[in-house]
Amino acid sequence: MQVDEATVKRIARLARIRITDDEAKGLEAELTSIMAWVEQLDEVDTDGVEPMTRVVPIKLRMRDDIVTDGGIADDVTRNAPLSDDHFYVVPKVVE
Amino acid sequence: MTELTKLTLAEARKGLVAKSFSAVELTEAFIAAIEAANPHLNAYVLPTPEHALAQARASDARIAAGTARPLEGLPIGHKDLFCTKDVRTTACSRVLGDFKPTYESTVGQNLWDAGAIMLGKLNNDEFAMGSSNETSCFGPVVSPWRRMRNGQADNAKLVPGGSSGGSSSAVSADLCLAATATDTGGSIRQPAALTGTVGIKPTYGRCSRWGIVAFASSLDQAGPIAKTVEDAALMLRHMASFDAKDSTSVDAPVPDYTAALGKGVKGLRVGIPKEYRVDGMSAEAEALWQKGIDWLRSAGATIHDISLPHTKYALPAYYIVAPAECSSNLARYDGVRYGLRVPGKDLIDTYEATRAAGFGKEVRRRVLIGTYVLSAGYYDAYYLKAQKVRTLIKRDFDEAWNSVDVVLTPTTPSPAFAQGEKSGDPVAMYLEDIFTVTVNMAGLPGISVPAGLSGEGTPLGLQLIGKPFDEATLFQAGHVIEEAAGHFRVPAKWWR
Repeated sequence: MQVDEATVKRIARLARIRITDDEAKGLEAELTSIMAWVEQLDEVDTDGVEPMTRVVPIKLRMRDDIVTDGGIADDVTRNAPLSDDHFYVVPKVVE
Repeated sequence: MTELTKLTLAEARKGLVAKSFSAVELTEAFIAAIEAANPHLNAYVLPTPEHALAQARASDARIAAGTARPLEGLPIGHKDLFCTKDVRTTACSRVLGDFKPTYESTVGQNLWDAGAIMLGKLNNDEFAMGSSNETSCFGPVVSPWRRMRNGQADNAKLVPGGSSGGSSSAVSADLCLAATATDTGGSIRQPAALTGTVGIKPTYGRCSRWGIVAFASSLDQAGPIAKTVEDAALMLRHMASFDAKDSTSVDAPVPDYTAALGKGVKGLRVGIPKEYRVDGMSAEAEALWQKGIDWLRSAGATIHDISLPHTKYALPAYYIVAPAECSSNLARYDGVRYGLRVPGKDLIDTYEATRAAGFGKEVRRRVLIGTYVLSAGYYDAYYLKAQKVRTLIKRDFDEAWNSVDVVLTPTTPSPAFAQGEKSGDPVAMYLEDIFTVTVNMAGLPGISVPAGLSGEGTPLGLQLIGKPFDEATLFQAGHVIEEAAGHFRVPAKWWR
């Protein structure tokens, strides 16, 4: 599988990571060699095999739908690069 | 007082109980050792001496009052992947900046509740992605071990393995009695093998993942790196617990693992998987594997050839599953809620600039692979395929457990390499985990025990893989290997 430069740029955009043209060229070669290496999985016959969803056969626990935590807005916003009165501040998104 | 740092965790515990020394004296010895060594080894990214001394004074008061807890007054190192309340936690990534959690991880809290003392936060590969501890934003960790080449001491800086390289370097250099670590594809066992220390990754679900910076959630597990099998047993006993805050935590009693030590292996059925005889395994790793077989056999175990046919597909499947989960987990680093923000012209530009500046090369590479394999049109071909292969890998082990109780393999194909030797070739670096990654894919427990030295005078380890939740048998059999092989300590403290 050839991961071309346009694909690298597309997935970088999806991943929200800015890359330069030079970086895209380098990543093109790196990702192509990694994807070529994982393609050996095609040798494995997986017809009728269930994909693994959990390694330990336990059921997800349910709990009562009640409030167990909260009232800690100070803590929640303490590490924000920019916040105001318990709101995160971001560049304007709606005109 | 420097000799105190050479004690094992169990010996230090006895010394504190016997009042041969105080917790403050013990802690001061480690603080001095860290000050001397850290400029050379870079094992700690944040020493916390004042925090440690405050804990030590409280421990001494408890010991005097007769209310000592199981790990009272024992100084340990804590991997920087664990959130620590009000103490900077970065996962060794620039993107977390100066993040100070407002809560403590469950594993950390368990250790502090048992009386352990935190000496500081330990270096690791950025977000635990790496096998050499060269991807940390704080720079690489250096192993205290040095190799011999042609009968001459070689001053090349060796890697301590990764991602828990700060943990393995600090334990082997006597900069803590033991350390916490995490293992997603081999990040406890491979660094333990490369530094002559003991590391165990318990069964998935044994230790709570709550408060551990997430890498690949279906694979991540916490465990200890320690100087001896007994020390690792003591540590795991007090790290593991059921935790309602982790939905994959398993509600099973945590046994006293030290009770398994000294029981021997008479009648234990040990499986030797033929698929682990891979090309590229060093002759000495192969010879050591045979030694391990001989040790267990002469201690009364029976040896059985087994087959784990999907072994060779574990690593490529891992390099789909782990990046996929990491790309999802790392989506949270958006420059809005915590950590680094690089302002852009609008919100999306801010995300892109922040993540470009915040993530190192290996992390970026994996996020991109993960994004690619999960993107529209590729999900079935990659992610679903890998999860099916994972089912087959687990099935291989389920089958094996019908005829054997544990599986014995080398931990790594070769001993420690020097900085820079593999960092230019991602796939060569990924192959470091070839023997360890199957265990994560199947959710099983695995322990690495030091077993000998390479021709270069550097450590090699043997790995024992166990049935789910049967860590006790790993300690039991690991102890037999340890008694036969002896201990491997760093020959000289060259950094003084």
